[in-house]
Amino acid sequence: MGEKKNNNLLGESKIKKLISRDAVTIYIVIVFYAVYSAMIYSGSASRQMLNMVITLSCYILLSVSLNLVVGFLGELSLGHAAFMSVGAYSGSMLSVAILEKFPQIPLYVRLPIAMLFGGIIAAVFGIIIGIPVLRLNGDYLAIVTLAFGEIIKNVIINLDFTGGAIGYDTEPIYETPKNLLPFAAVAVIVSVILIINLAKSKHGRAITAVRDNRIAADATGIKITYYKLMVFALAAFIAGIAGVIWGHSLSIIKAAKFDFNMSIEILVIVVLGGLGSVRGSVIAAIIMIILPEMLRDLQDYRMLIYSILLILLMLFNASPKLIAIRERFSVKNLMAEAKKRVAEKKKVKEGSANE
Amino acid sequence: MVFKVTNLIVTLIQGLSLGSIYALIALGYTMVYGIAKMLNFAHGDVIMVGAYMIYTTVALGKCPSILGIVISIIFSALLGIIIEFLAYKPLRRAPSLSVLITAIGVSYFLQNLALLIFKSDPKSIPTLFNLPPLHIGDKITVSGETLFTLGITVVLMIALTLFINKTKLGKAMRAVSEDKDAAMLMGINVNRTISITFAIGSALAAFASLCYGMSYTYIKPTTGSMPGIKAFTAAVFGGIGSVPGAMLGGIMLGVIEKLSMAYISTQFTDAIVFGVLILVLVIKPTGLLGKKINEKV
Repeated sequence: MGEKKNNNLLGESKIKKLISRDAVTIYIVIVFYAVYSAMIYSGSASRQMLNMVITLSCYILLSVSLNLVVGFLGELSLGHAAFMSVGAYSGSMLSVAILEKFPQIPLYVRLPIAMLFGGIIAAVFGIIIGIPVLRLNGDYLAIVTLAFGEIIKNVIINLDFTGGAIGYDTEPIYETPKNLLPFAAVAVIVSVILIINLAKSKHGRAITAVRDNRIAADATGIKITYYKLMVFALAAFIAGIAGVIWGHSLSIIKAAKFDFNMSIEILVIVVLGGLGSVRGSVIAAIIMIILPEMLRDLQDYRMLIYSILLILLMLFNASPKLIAIRERFSVKNLMAEAKKRVAEKKKVKEGSANE
Repeated sequence: MVFKVTNLIVTLIQGLSLGSIYALIALGYTMVYGIAKMLNFAHGDVIMVGAYMIYTTVALGKCPSILGIVISIIFSALLGIIIEFLAYKPLRRAPSLSVLITAIGVSYFLQNLALLIFKSDPKSIPTLFNLPPLHIGDKITVSGETLFTLGITVVLMIALTLFINKTKLGKAMRAVSEDKDAAMLMGINVNRTISITFAIGSALAAFASLCYGMSYTYIKPTTGSMPGIKAFTAAVFGGIGSVPGAMLGGIMLGVIEKLSMAYISTQFTDAIVFGVLILVLVIKPTGLLGKKINEKV
């Protein structure tokens, strides 16, 4: 919505838009996938890289969507993996059913249908989970999302048509990473563009207003219920799509995989990347998936080093003392100056805009 | 199925016993939350460490049971202080999510350290005491471990309540949890108070690991996570930050779990427990005994 308005402005703003922070984020994602697929299709990528690409895409989808809830809406959610499992199961089931009934339907029709279906079912669950959200805040909400996640896992494990604890057999719809990559890439790129534009739009501002001051937002006539449910539904939708892609990349899916630890893993990515920063989520997802792989040679010490790195990273990132030290001895001065200049420019511009 | 009163009583006692373990762990969560305003996700893993300490001292080191238990409790308390000092203290004024992630990092660290030292195969905790089971009438038998768990929990809860309400340190803890800055102005050593809170919470976790180890006998590096999550749930259930709330929440959670296991469905127990939790929170958004926070404009 906001875009169209901007187009009517001067050409200068168009150029500015092309090199804006948000546009750069989109470029990063596109270039990442272009390079990755070039390497894969030319055959220069290692097996490990090939196998990692789908996991990586799923985690990017999961973290940008969780960022919507945690970063933009400001509500802590500890059950994001559950949406993924709902998507994975429903999408894979539909995909299997289509394959059985209409085997002539090609992958590029079947998979998008399954993705859409998985996403929608996950979104429905997102809305169901979003309802208690309307009454709860902070840690109480966090525990409800955690509880929902555990319930979904528990129910899926004990139902018959989901394959129970053994898992759901997705062998017939299994696709190689090479075949799945285009779908994953499109899903990631579309989601990133969608979320960035949402954040900039009227709705995005309403959502951040709800986060920053719920009562004030309410008083200005923002429909809090609508926006909270919308964010939960959208986040669940994207996570559901990630689940469908994930389901197609494995020969069996198990509900136990989508547990509390996985939700936490996604949350770690979001917090490390920076709350409310889409680019941060994407980069952090890439780092956090590749890092354990790189540490693989260390075998037993891998997770230990990973956990120490995580603690150090958080201390370095968030400790007030360290931040102060960093500010004193870093390029901060340059940054501050640059910021000042930008602010001045902005002022000048605002002045001219007002005239 | 014929409904039997004796079965019900046995189930209730089992529930109380399980609930006591949850309550002991939940107390650690809630005390730390009350005073440091953080969710200490590593708390569940302190239980695991406590259990491994008992295993190391008693099964490997051939210490007498009592000595092993004392060592385990002291070690856990020290561990709590060290964790607080290294990982949480630098983040005292940082955003709460950063502290949460750090706590998760600590949790991973403890689990993986245990995995490295003790490997992933389950270790069995030796019999610490020979406790005779208690027979009530002909049909009800309560195992010694259950009685021990119940007894120790009651003693600890009374002691903790007295400590918080009657002693100077307890008063300091309440003051810090009320208003950290004002407490500091009144001459309370906030850092020391927070350290002591962590020590007490971790020591309670060690007691929980003792009870857990006696009832379930096997331990793994991931032993702490599920009781940890359940106890965290219990703390929120009772109203996080409230000490009586954690006791009540823990015990209720244990009883609900055992009752649904016995009378509704074994498989769906977790779903039922968490379902009840959601229901309670939707009806009473700050937990059973949580303080109602008035919204200010």
